[in-house]
Amino acid sequence: MPSLLFCGPKMAACGIVISIWGVIMLAMLGIFFSAKSAVLIEDVPFTEEDIRKDTNPPQNIYSLYNQVGINCFIAAGIYVAVGAVSLCQVRLNKRQEYMVT
Amino acid sequence: MCSLLRGEEMCLAQLFLQSGSAYDCINELGELGLVEFRDLNPGVNAFQRKHVNEIKKCEEMERILGKDILIFNIHMCYHHNYYCSYVHYHWVYVCVCSQEQLQRLEVELGEVTRNKEKLQRNLLELTEYTHMLRTTRNFVQRTSEVSYEEFPFLEKDTLMDYSSMQRLGAKLGFISGLIQRTKIEAFERMLWRVCKGYTILSYAEVEEYLEDPDTGEPTKSVVFLISYWGDQIGQKVKKICDCYHCHLYPYPSSNEERTDVVEGLRTRIQDLHTVLHRTDDYLKQVLMKASESVYTWVIQVKKMKAIYFILNLCSFDVTNKCLIAEVWCPVNDIPTLRRALEEGSRKSGATVPSFVNRIPTNDTPPTLIRTNKFTSGFQNIVDAYGVGNYREVNPAPFTIITFPFLFAVMFGDLGHGVIMALFALWMVLYENNRKLKNTRNEIWNTFFEGRYIILMMGLFSIYTGLIYNDCFSKSLNIFGSGWSVKAMFEAKVWKDADIRGNRVLTLDPNVTGVFRGPYPLGIDPIWNLASNRLTFLNSYKMKMSVILGVIHMSFGVILSTYNYLHFRKKHSLYLVFLPELLFLLCLFGYLVFMIFYKWLVFTAKDSRLAPSILIHFINMFLMQGDGVQPLYPGQTGLQVFLVVIAVLSVPVLLLGKPVYLYWLHNGSHRLGMYRGYERVRRNSEEELYLMRAHDMEEGSSHSDLSTSGERQTEEFDFADEFLHQAIHTIEYCLGCVSNTASYLRLWALSLAHAQLSEVLWTMVMRVGLRMDTSLGVFFLVPVFGLFAVLTVSILLVMEGLSAFLHALRLHWVEFQNKFYSGTGVKFCPFSFSLLPSSFEHDGLL
Repeated sequence: MPSLLFCGPKMAACGIVISIWGVIMLAMLGIFFSAKSAVLIEDVPFTEEDIRKDTNPPQNIYSLYNQVGINCFIAAGIYVAVGAVSLCQVRLNKRQEYMVT
Repeated sequence: MCSLLRGEEMCLAQLFLQSGSAYDCINELGELGLVEFRDLNPGVNAFQRKHVNEIKKCEEMERILGKDILIFNIHMCYHHNYYCSYVHYHWVYVCVCSQEQLQRLEVELGEVTRNKEKLQRNLLELTEYTHMLRTTRNFVQRTSEVSYEEFPFLEKDTLMDYSSMQRLGAKLGFISGLIQRTKIEAFERMLWRVCKGYTILSYAEVEEYLEDPDTGEPTKSVVFLISYWGDQIGQKVKKICDCYHCHLYPYPSSNEERTDVVEGLRTRIQDLHTVLHRTDDYLKQVLMKASESVYTWVIQVKKMKAIYFILNLCSFDVTNKCLIAEVWCPVNDIPTLRRALEEGSRKSGATVPSFVNRIPTNDTPPTLIRTNKFTSGFQNIVDAYGVGNYREVNPAPFTIITFPFLFAVMFGDLGHGVIMALFALWMVLYENNRKLKNTRNEIWNTFFEGRYIILMMGLFSIYTGLIYNDCFSKSLNIFGSGWSVKAMFEAKVWKDADIRGNRVLTLDPNVTGVFRGPYPLGIDPIWNLASNRLTFLNSYKMKMSVILGVIHMSFGVILSTYNYLHFRKKHSLYLVFLPELLFLLCLFGYLVFMIFYKWLVFTAKDSRLAPSILIHFINMFLMQGDGVQPLYPGQTGLQVFLVVIAVLSVPVLLLGKPVYLYWLHNGSHRLGMYRGYERVRRNSEEELYLMRAHDMEEGSSHSDLSTSGERQTEEFDFADEFLHQAIHTIEYCLGCVSNTASYLRLWALSLAHAQLSEVLWTMVMRVGLRMDTSLGVFFLVPVFGLFAVLTVSILLVMEGLSAFLHALRLHWVEFQNKFYSGTGVKFCPFSFSLLPSSFEHDGLL
């Protein structure tokens, strides 16, 4: 079986740090989007149409908020996977270090 | 006590060391690292000192050890058995190093290595010879089918061939050997040109790589066989072979001879292999034995050299039996010093103990400030500007709080502060990890040394991030905003049509219910949505910067009183400190007062009538109070009064101290006799000397006036003092204005940081979040990665360094200008742990 190691120790450590940061930050962003925070209004992809054609305001905007929130949660999940891969790489690197000496 | 505020009290001491126990006593002192030795023989150069021979011997030993370690490393690379077990030098004295031992070791190692080289050369020759014989046999066998008419090859019957040769009147000769493959073509061409066909060259390549004895590289060789006839040709051929550095070997004339030689060679080669193997083993054994102690020896030699260097600084006393050394020692450490000397005397088995004697002096001692791992970072950044004078107030303990605070005012972001604090926390928690401590990367070492500074900066940034309500450029709504948009509709100020018709609308805080009260902690989160956010924040941050600046500078001026009181210069308190403080507070303290007054007195209702502080401030100087409405009754009068006080304090600052000192020194001539009478009463010079020393320690002689004379009537140069004070006055007064403006960088950098943060979010993160296609979510993952990398590199590293630099400048120039002189000398004790290790540079230790 070919070696599963494809990045060095420093790159794997960076991967872990960015993954942890990504998980925490994207999860919190997801929570804030789901709570329909007003400060994040500019990040929601709404158009003029959505506001004008809204039959039951502000449900359109709210559904967009929810959508972005779910996007954030999915991205957080992907970062969990990236973090797991990085953790494996760190462990493999450590094992290789023991074998050389 | 109060070591961090002021520095330790130091004294000059004389050590009386017995000649026999001098080495051991200094050894003890080096282990403890207590004292700094002074050079008692300054006029002597390095080659005339007493222990120069011992130092030369130590350097010789260092050289041998360095070479040995090199040989050791080379060999151990081949035999990687014990190489990795030597990471630390150990302090256990395995065997005492002596120069004879080292020289013996060097000679032995040299011999063994030379023998090994000779044997290897021998082996190479024999191998080449074997190759040559084998290959030329192929020549003979190959070409025996083809026989030339004129030159029949030698066969079994040499006699017959010899006679047939003689028929032609020529002798057929053979030269055989090996040549490097790169040279064979040139060789052949040269032979042809010189001998013009009277020689025949046949050659074949040797398959294996043979090691070139000079360079040690494997090279390919070619075996050649030259058959020639005639003596002259033979000599020419020999010369050409010499030119091309061929290895020539005797060509056997018959096949039996050939087989004999081959047999003989084979046995010899086998013998040589055995001998080489044994030599290798022996070399390994010798190195093993030496390696156990070689690292300890390195340390011992270093210590020895340092001790002899210190012994060179000492001088002999009158009786020539006892060594005298002068050291600077902290007063609190004198008992430890005594104990160390006793220990040293005991170790050397001397009958007469060495002792220490404190002596009074007029020289300024070096400054020692004891720090721990937390305070050492801050002390370093203060010392980078200048080491404090002896017993001067040290700005470092105040810097521990003000520096991270001013940094945080410029950095002010909650998210970035959290990341910075976590990074610093990681470094602090793993500070004992050897890998982190001992890397050679300069930049990493700088960050690691300042880990506590970075931790404080991060924690303070979290606080100011909460105040500015800025977290990755978004505000957090923790308590609920104090502004309400619904109230504008309820009060019928806005209608639905207004929203469709206008791009921006203004919330009016005068309408009931719109502004429900200030946000409990920090800036209201609604400002993040406002388009006039910067107008509001700029005004707030500028005023805050001026307030912080005036407070910081006033604190600096107040600290100077500590110095004046400690050094018994009470006159400076009234003639320097008071005018300075009055000047600063009357002008800029009043500005701060006006800022607070405006904040407190004017509400949203009178916002249209609120005056501009700047206009009032300018009018104060121009004494034009009539154009604008006063802030409060009596403002004009008060302002005039303050300006007059500030202007009057300038000449007091300029002339007060020089005139007073002039009067003190010259006006008291008439009182001189009275003083002389007092002097006569003290009958011993020593008492006077000790009194002076007492005065010195209290610090009274530490002043800019020349106090080097022994008498009370020192030289007082009025012109010099006046010039000095004039420069100080101009610098201070102009500096007040420019330094207050300089603190506006707090506003400027915090604005820059906030804007950069916002730009990063808008340009990077928003693009990822606004993706509304179905696969857009997978785009968010790399976008966040890019956002993270750019945040760390631009906002944390670049802005962090920038804010660090500016906060440092504010401390060094604006704060320390007011009280710190920083022209002292740092105390460098004699300590073995501080010796530079030259072996570390070569990566051998």
